[in-house]
Amino acid sequence: MYLHPEMETLTRPEIEKLQLERLQKTVRHCMNSPFYKKRFEDNHLKPEDIRSLNDLRKIPFTTKQDLRDTYPFGMAAVPLEKAVRLHSSSGTTGNPTVILHTQKDLDEWANAVARCLYMVGLRPGDIFQNSSGYGMFTGGLGFQYGAERMGMLTVPAAAGNTKRQLKFITDFGTTALHAIPSYAARLYEVMEEMGIDPRRDTKLKTLIIGAEPHSEEQRRRIEDMLGVKAYNSFGMSEMCGPGVAFECREQNGLHIWEDYYIVEIINPDTLEPVPDGEVGELVLTTINREAMPMLRYRTRDLTRILPGECPCGRHHKRLDRMKGRSDDMIILKGVNIFPIQIETVLLQFKELGSDYLITLETMESNDEMTIEVELSQLFTDDYARLQALTREITRQLKDEILVTPRVKLVPKGSLPKSEGKAVRVKDLRKTF
Amino acid sequence: MTVQQLSVFIENKAGTLLKVLELLKEAKIQLIASTIADTVEYGIYRIICSEPMRAYNTLKEANISVALSDVFALTLDNQVGRAADAIKIFSDAKIGITYMYSFLLGDKGILIFRTDNPDRAREVIILNNLSFVADKDLSSLI
Repeated sequence: MYLHPEMETLTRPEIEKLQLERLQKTVRHCMNSPFYKKRFEDNHLKPEDIRSLNDLRKIPFTTKQDLRDTYPFGMAAVPLEKAVRLHSSSGTTGNPTVILHTQKDLDEWANAVARCLYMVGLRPGDIFQNSSGYGMFTGGLGFQYGAERMGMLTVPAAAGNTKRQLKFITDFGTTALHAIPSYAARLYEVMEEMGIDPRRDTKLKTLIIGAEPHSEEQRRRIEDMLGVKAYNSFGMSEMCGPGVAFECREQNGLHIWEDYYIVEIINPDTLEPVPDGEVGELVLTTINREAMPMLRYRTRDLTRILPGECPCGRHHKRLDRMKGRSDDMIILKGVNIFPIQIETVLLQFKELGSDYLITLETMESNDEMTIEVELSQLFTDDYARLQALTREITRQLKDEILVTPRVKLVPKGSLPKSEGKAVRVKDLRKTF
Repeated sequence: MTVQQLSVFIENKAGTLLKVLELLKEAKIQLIASTIADTVEYGIYRIICSEPMRAYNTLKEANISVALSDVFALTLDNQVGRAADAIKIFSDAKIGITYMYSFLLGDKGILIFRTDNPDRAREVIILNNLSFVADKDLSSLI
């Protein structure tokens, strides 16, 4: 039932004792990081000042901007030659963010993912197919190493090519699949087109879904369509990637591994902690990381701690499914996108005005992004050149945000204007 | 040889075409010819009219996306096959026609078009002694 019973079945006092030990060790280790060394000095703080878990609140928050400002290696707490892996986010609203890992970090990451997969009932002998993008995106390698660590035959199918994906599922007898929720729905559609009955023609029984906001109804629909149990996964590249928090078989909240992280939920306006059960911004402190420990990282994800005990016997706190963001980040097809990235691209075209509208909608169970943008002045009398402009905008946006939006030119003055802050994003996706 | 043509960016939505026409009506600008193609999201409404410069400013002041460009305008005798004869000359000279429309005015046919090689098109028109309309002739056409 437990892959790591010594960690998974810790009682609350045991968890908190372990957390304090690891926090103190982490804080001491952070003094090897130029960023944290300076931050502690600037705040007249010493590692010895952290004597209890409550003392964590003396430490200032770390933000994504800090990661950008220290790009690429300014936050590292080990010499570069000790690091063996680098992941980088697509969030290029300035510098991208870089996360370094030592070999020990990678081992611990794989252990965490393996623990999650074991928790939902997967075992050696299961065949695990991963439809995440590989490369810089942590959902690929993260699940790969974790599934291998647990001892499953692991198929790195990577993203896209749905027919090939289905061929692997049927030919290899895939029993477990990791997919973003909208892609799971897409797979079912193509199965129907190809006359594949998931219950009869595949051995799928477990689906891991995450990286994309989705509702409980959508999960149930995916389970009904594919005849599987679907478990919610939560991770972020700043913390390593997948494996931060995961649902157990109760499917009621995601256990966050408190031997790896200290969880805080704060009010994003006052920055004060909120009580369990109340929604706020998730703040995480890593207590089991070498290369780039992170103290009180503001994730910008809104969620709450589910109060009460979980029947599964684990006392690691449970997070409710993510409720949204405390910033304007869009999550589309598992990719993080900030409207400012889109704006930056659009403003480079002198043919375009400064007004635009991003619409997210579900089309044939795929989440799509449409960007309407106003022409400033008509610069041509020729359709071909307007189409060429549309293609070029689309190409540059794809390079920037990694998904292909539908670009629509509209006459100037035709987009809705709102008082004060303009509404730039309309989210009509069925998941909300 | 060329006349000024207005090109108006029109969203494929009810009322957008009317708005342009009413603005021109208020400004007492007379349409001579106009054309719009059906496309999915937007259209380019092309207009030959009296006082194109004033029409351009009128639309621009109303915050409408509009362009003013020069297009070729030939006059043809109103007889069978004259358009084919004219276009053959350009085709033989390997000049591509980007778009074209035509209309009758009095006893003359008028051919409006844009080419992918305007310099060469000018030469061809002069060398073949084709008769054409110039901007200043537009008001006399009405």
